[in-house]
Amino acid sequence: MGRTGQVIPGGHLTMGIVFFYLSLLVLLPLSAFVLYASDMSGQDFIRQVTDYRMVHGYLLSFGCALAAAIINAVFGLLLAWVLVRYDFPGKRLMDGLIDLPFALPTAVAGIALTTLYVETGWLGRFFYQLGIPTAFSAVGITIALVFVGIPFVARSVQPVLKDLDGSLEEAAALLGAGKFLTFRKVILPELITPLVSGFALAFSRGIGEYGSVVFIAGNVPFETEIAPLLIMTKLEQFDYQAAAAVAIVMLAMSLLVLLVLNGYQRYRLQRQGA
Amino acid sequence: MEAVTKLAKPVAGSQSRFLKTETIVKWSLILTGAAFLVVMMILPLILIGVEALGKGWNAYLAALNEPFARKALWLTAEATVLSVVSNTIFGLAAAWLLTKFDFRGKTLLGSIIDLPFAVSPVVAGLFFIMLFGRLSPFYDTLQAYHIAVVFAVPGIVLATIFVTLPFIARSIIPVMEGQGRDEEEAAALMGASGWRIFWQITLPNIKWGLMYGIILCTARAMGEFGAVSVVSGHIRGKTNTLPLHIEILYNEYNFTAAFAVSSILVGLAVLVLILRNFVEWRMERKDDHEV
Amino acid sequence: MKYEVELKHIEKSFNGFKAANDASFGVAKGELAGLLGPSGSGKTTLLRMLAGLEKPDKGDILIAGRRVNDLPARERGIGFVFQNYALFRHMTVRDNIAFGLRVQKEDSHKIKVRTDELLELTGLSQVAKRYPLQLSGGQRQRVAFARALAPSPSLLLLDEPFAAIDAKVRKELRSWLREAIHNLGITSLFVTHDQDEAVEVADKIIIVNNGRIEQAGSPLEIYQAPQTPFVADFIGESVKVEDYTQFKGFTAEEKGGSHQGIIRPEFIELAKDEKEISLPLGAERGTVKATYFRGSSVAVDIEVRGQILRAHRSLEKAPLQAGDKALAFIHRIYSLEAGRTRIIENRAKQKESVVI
Repeated sequence: MGRTGQVIPGGHLTMGIVFFYLSLLVLLPLSAFVLYASDMSGQDFIRQVTDYRMVHGYLLSFGCALAAAIINAVFGLLLAWVLVRYDFPGKRLMDGLIDLPFALPTAVAGIALTTLYVETGWLGRFFYQLGIPTAFSAVGITIALVFVGIPFVARSVQPVLKDLDGSLEEAAALLGAGKFLTFRKVILPELITPLVSGFALAFSRGIGEYGSVVFIAGNVPFETEIAPLLIMTKLEQFDYQAAAAVAIVMLAMSLLVLLVLNGYQRYRLQRQGA
Repeated sequence: MEAVTKLAKPVAGSQSRFLKTETIVKWSLILTGAAFLVVMMILPLILIGVEALGKGWNAYLAALNEPFARKALWLTAEATVLSVVSNTIFGLAAAWLLTKFDFRGKTLLGSIIDLPFAVSPVVAGLFFIMLFGRLSPFYDTLQAYHIAVVFAVPGIVLATIFVTLPFIARSIIPVMEGQGRDEEEAAALMGASGWRIFWQITLPNIKWGLMYGIILCTARAMGEFGAVSVVSGHIRGKTNTLPLHIEILYNEYNFTAAFAVSSILVGLAVLVLILRNFVEWRMERKDDHEV
Repeated sequence: MKYEVELKHIEKSFNGFKAANDASFGVAKGELAGLLGPSGSGKTTLLRMLAGLEKPDKGDILIAGRRVNDLPARERGIGFVFQNYALFRHMTVRDNIAFGLRVQKEDSHKIKVRTDELLELTGLSQVAKRYPLQLSGGQRQRVAFARALAPSPSLLLLDEPFAAIDAKVRKELRSWLREAIHNLGITSLFVTHDQDEAVEVADKIIIVNNGRIEQAGSPLEIYQAPQTPFVADFIGESVKVEDYTQFKGFTAEEKGGSHQGIIRPEFIELAKDEKEISLPLGAERGTVKATYFRGSSVAVDIEVRGQILRAHRSLEKAPLQAGDKALAFIHRIYSLEAGRTRIIENRAKQKESVVI
């Protein structure tokens, strides 16, 4: 292995295991997909991805994921703040509950949320009275994605807020800044990086999320048919080309989100010269 | 000043009197957060319980005792155990490789490990369809030997492993990174074998990190839906995992049974959360000791 | 005496740990005072209470004669330099310095003029557009200093201002800071655990131990007339002896009780033989145990009557080596009796002066 004088054994063995495993389980399936996708002619691809039903699908996924990620940024920050800064009864429970979406199978969450938000559901009835159809609509999809995404933001912000140097706030106070000003000018800028990365993770997860959304979406073509569901539908019709086209668009969106996130973080680091 | 600053720290950091937002602000923030969690997390859990028991205990037990449900539970357990075991071996190897050695392409390797996180489960399922399904270059060979991967148990297991692949590696790597290489190098210089170093030095240091990864991996594996849904073909009693079984019951409007089966998964999820919290507490306590 | 800042009978405990125990001291207007004490002595807590970052359990804090106990930190008008500087890393040097002025909603022209002035004073004009993480330790310290001074505070507090800077730069910064503070004429109080630093920088040293003020005074007073056993032991390179009456020239003034004493290296005159010493009669004979080259002098550990004493010897004199026999004349001892410190001069010296 690269370094001279390396004394720790096991390099070749672990390298072998890791390469074999990743090749078999990640690279091989990925290349099978790439191989198939690259077989598609440019014309076919354009025809597939510009199909109105498809475009509607990704715009819906994209829009709902974006809306949910914004809501999550707000509530995730709030929950992280409350958990780090305050002491109150039930705090441990609150802290544990935030992770429920990581632990609860998405399908279970999906049917539970749907039952809650249908017209006769415990929560749905209020929304329907206000004229907001929550089930089988973009609103419902967004609610499901908020459920799925909340831990990403809260868990990104929480440790950073916890480790935030208390003397920063003291310094601001001694310079005469009030609490709100201190929050806006001193604390929030420190939290931007974890907030953005939590947002991006929630957003990226939202675009690809299937289990928790598929039930509440109702899956009406041209209305509530999300991108992952399009893949499902096309596969059931054995239309592999269309499924692959949607998958390419979704992969591109995820990749874009991650690239933008990476670029942003690099820019922040460079500007402040860490 | 150490003693004083240590004692003064929590005051300064978390609840310094002079910076503490007014009680009104504090409680409205707490209540907003609590309301959010009640609506988003607690209500769905209560609903599952209410719906599952809506037709009484007998209906509940009957739904759980039904052969298809039992089959689905077994398949879920099988896929989960296989994923956890294989991803543990992989995770340990990957963490060892990435933290104890320097080599070119390390970053790339890290990104490949993370890839399953970035891919939608449905797309992941699609990958396996492309690899083993009708369009696969190996399809004819597989058919000739009567090996079914897609729409069969192996496909479900592979898809589950793929989706949960990064969890354990990503839980151990930061812990091992924090440990550094000194202890292993010292042991190696004293002539300890690789296995001995691993069992006696590395493993005790990372055991809670490993537990953490295993818990996360278990939770995700038993609940995986999208990827498994694509490769399973939904064959009742054969390729249905618990989440897929729930979907079928729900779509047949058999809500009581759907929620009854869900309640098993809810129980497991709550168990996962409790274990996770316990392990996290242990890890923090270990950190405290080191400080 | 009229003090600009005064702490009166301050008490403060954290979970049963007494960080301040009936602490009282004052700093005069324009004075640069140093709070000196070992780790955990409570000096930072005193500083933080003065700033309003902690609330005392008991006692009064007075600034310019006004009781400020209930005044929140942001209304006290105090400049504070944190040990780790607590710079806002997402703001440039200029924005950091201007923060306090912006908070007070000064008009932008005034802010610019004042900020430029401080950038000039601290020699940071060249790096005004940089971010804190792009600066050296010394530069960061000066940013923190400038930021604290920007709103023209009446009092400047500095918590271990040199702790995070490497040794070489520290020397320069000390004299720079001392000069800058004196030029500005601002009343300042800094915390340190390093007595060299306190002696070099401060006009007045306040010695803190276990939350108590042991002694306050000029560096010279503290050095020459330590009032408590703690101060006598803490300041200088002291050796504690259990019974000073065993040494020639020192007899007990009271019967019984403890005869503990402190001997500093500069109290001992070392000689290779009797010719080299001024008062051979009162000198003790001893064996050199070890020598340590100190650059400008040699530190010598010498065993006298079973007790190892530390003395200094000039490089100009004949060198001593471990194992050598030597003479040691002890000029004076600080006796530590009943919590007070008393200087006892060697009787041989008094006799001599009588004879002459």
